[in-house]
Amino acid sequence: MSHGTTRTISAEGVARVEGEGSLRVVVSDGRVSDVSLDIFEPPRFFEAMLVGRHFSEAPDITARICGICPVAYQMSACLAMEDACGIEVSDAVASLRRLLYCGEWIQSHALHVYLLHAPDFLGCQDAVELAERDPAVIERGLALKSTGNLVMATVGGRAVHPVNVRVGGFYRAPEPAAIEGLAEPLRRARDAALATVRWVAGFDFPEVTGSYRFVALRQAGRYAIDRGRPGTSDGLDLSPSRFAELAVEEQVERSTALHARLDGEAYLTGPLARYALNAPLLPALVREAAREVGLGELCDNPFKSIIVRALELVFACDEALRIVEAYEPPAPPTATMTARAGVGTGATEAPRGLLLHQYEIDAEGTIVRARIMPPTSQNQLTIEDDLRRVVEGGLQLGDDELQWRCEQAVRNHDPCISCAAHFLDLKVVRS
Amino acid sequence: MSDDRPTLAVWKFASCDGCQLSLLDLEPELLALASAVRIAHFTEMTRASVEGPYDLSLVEGSVTTEVDVERIKAVRANSRYLVTIGACAATGGIQALRNFTEPGRYATTVYAHPEYLDSLETSTPASAHVAVDYELHGCPIDRYQLLEVILAFLAHRRPVISNTSVCQECKARGTVCLLVTGQAPCLGPVTRAGCGALCPSVARGCFGCFGPSESANANSLIDWLRSRGFADDELARLFQTFNAAAPAFRNAATYATTAVTLGPPRVSSGVRQ
Repeated sequence: MSHGTTRTISAEGVARVEGEGSLRVVVSDGRVSDVSLDIFEPPRFFEAMLVGRHFSEAPDITARICGICPVAYQMSACLAMEDACGIEVSDAVASLRRLLYCGEWIQSHALHVYLLHAPDFLGCQDAVELAERDPAVIERGLALKSTGNLVMATVGGRAVHPVNVRVGGFYRAPEPAAIEGLAEPLRRARDAALATVRWVAGFDFPEVTGSYRFVALRQAGRYAIDRGRPGTSDGLDLSPSRFAELAVEEQVERSTALHARLDGEAYLTGPLARYALNAPLLPALVREAAREVGLGELCDNPFKSIIVRALELVFACDEALRIVEAYEPPAPPTATMTARAGVGTGATEAPRGLLLHQYEIDAEGTIVRARIMPPTSQNQLTIEDDLRRVVEGGLQLGDDELQWRCEQAVRNHDPCISCAAHFLDLKVVRS
Repeated sequence: MSDDRPTLAVWKFASCDGCQLSLLDLEPELLALASAVRIAHFTEMTRASVEGPYDLSLVEGSVTTEVDVERIKAVRANSRYLVTIGACAATGGIQALRNFTEPGRYATTVYAHPEYLDSLETSTPASAHVAVDYELHGCPIDRYQLLEVILAFLAHRRPVISNTSVCQECKARGTVCLLVTGQAPCLGPVTRAGCGALCPSVARGCFGCFGPSESANANSLIDWLRSRGFADDELARLFQTFNAAAPAFRNAATYATTAVTLGPPRVSSGVRQ
């Protein structure tokens, strides 16, 4: 080791992710000896705040975990409470929820693809720099994002922290005319999403692949969003409550995010996982777009997650349109909820991955115990594995370039640090 | 591009990112804004960061760690104007519920090793630590109010933001009153305007996400609701959400009942009324 060199690459405050964290990689004698993705987002203790609250308050309180994916929080909370109370909502309510959720996928995916992720592939610091070079592209992205927000505001009352969602359904069913008004913007958005697929598929991608253990919800006949059973790429099919038992989170010293393992192993949730498990269930339009850009039914290059996200954009616009065209206001807009003592589990697909809520409530409907497992804490170990591979494959790069590549490896998974704090600064130590 | 443009910085403390997202949600106006100002620091949007001082700093989130106590002071020292955005930065946010519990209980409920955490026992607004030039309220803020605030400070004038209550906005919309018709407890009479009275428009009582309006008479509202049969603990919980530590809402929760108030607050929130 007398001729050994240590190289440290670090980024304090990884940009273009939601929330705050840092990244540190140590390279000793050409080998990666340590990788960590540190989440220093201050903890906010949601699981503790929920104890003593009424079950009906969980959707609004947990929405505040994340301003980027509040609908995911609201939906998982509602499903968990309905499970606890033994209530199943009507098909009409479920459909309207799926429409609201499509709005969030469109908003969040457009934000990630255009404003957070694409600038990396084009050598830009941010979307503003990209817009100076190619304004029409960024305008297309912003119009897509705006359509997502429009769907959320029309169904949910507003785009950030919607107000119309309640355990059991909705406070008021939107008027048919308001929903009909979404059809034209969604048709334009679907075309913009198809153009997005072709645009991002033309980027240069590093040749990096991972052997991932994928976890995503599955639902008969549908690309799961708003409900389903957790499945894995190695053949497990679990109920949400069984998944909650097998997924174990542990706290590590450097992070306010808990790290999850399933049966003792790291896993990955999110677009790559959903695509790996559910691609055959995508509409023909989306599968055709994937074929056109040469993407098979499995994508294991994390940098190409941007293509999968673009495909999911097409899907979300198409699915929203399908629901809009068949819309009839749910009557009544909500199921009647009567509390009963018990434990309920809810799992839905947030834009960045599986989001699980589990609550124990008493006979009065008061929350006794809460557990929330956000996608980013489930993905954290896998993101660190990716970093290791990216650094090992990129040792010839200079520190600045390697740091950028590492940041990109993190952004590949659209981590939401606000959600996970319970994440990023890159430090690479080379020795 | 000329660089005599004013500089804008966005800083995140304990929060959900939703109020910063409102800036990106300005979609059609975003690029125009980005050419009128130089975005000097905004981690959610850009890798690039320009050294201060900054003409306008927007602060999202509440102060909950020792590190952040120092960071908010550094932001103040580096900013001509410091404007807070959202309920967290103005009142402590939902995470200020910890201010009303016994020390340490929250951390031990969520984390096996609370000793690994740098977390204060209280969540406090920026104004508890530094002078604040303007507080924009809401959980989340309204994006057009945000645009008005940015434009106002760039022009060195006071923002034109309504200081009435949600009740006024509801009347202007012509929504049937939920209190009068007895459909739901509603905080509209005591909540700051700005959302456009969204909740009553979906037949849901206002839950106070914009915080207390000026000179809110919450006790009178509580008396009225109590006379209509709403339970004390339900009334207290109504005020114990996203602006729980705003003085008017904190006092209202105490007035509603002592049964669900877990003790007196240990800090004053420092919010100017």
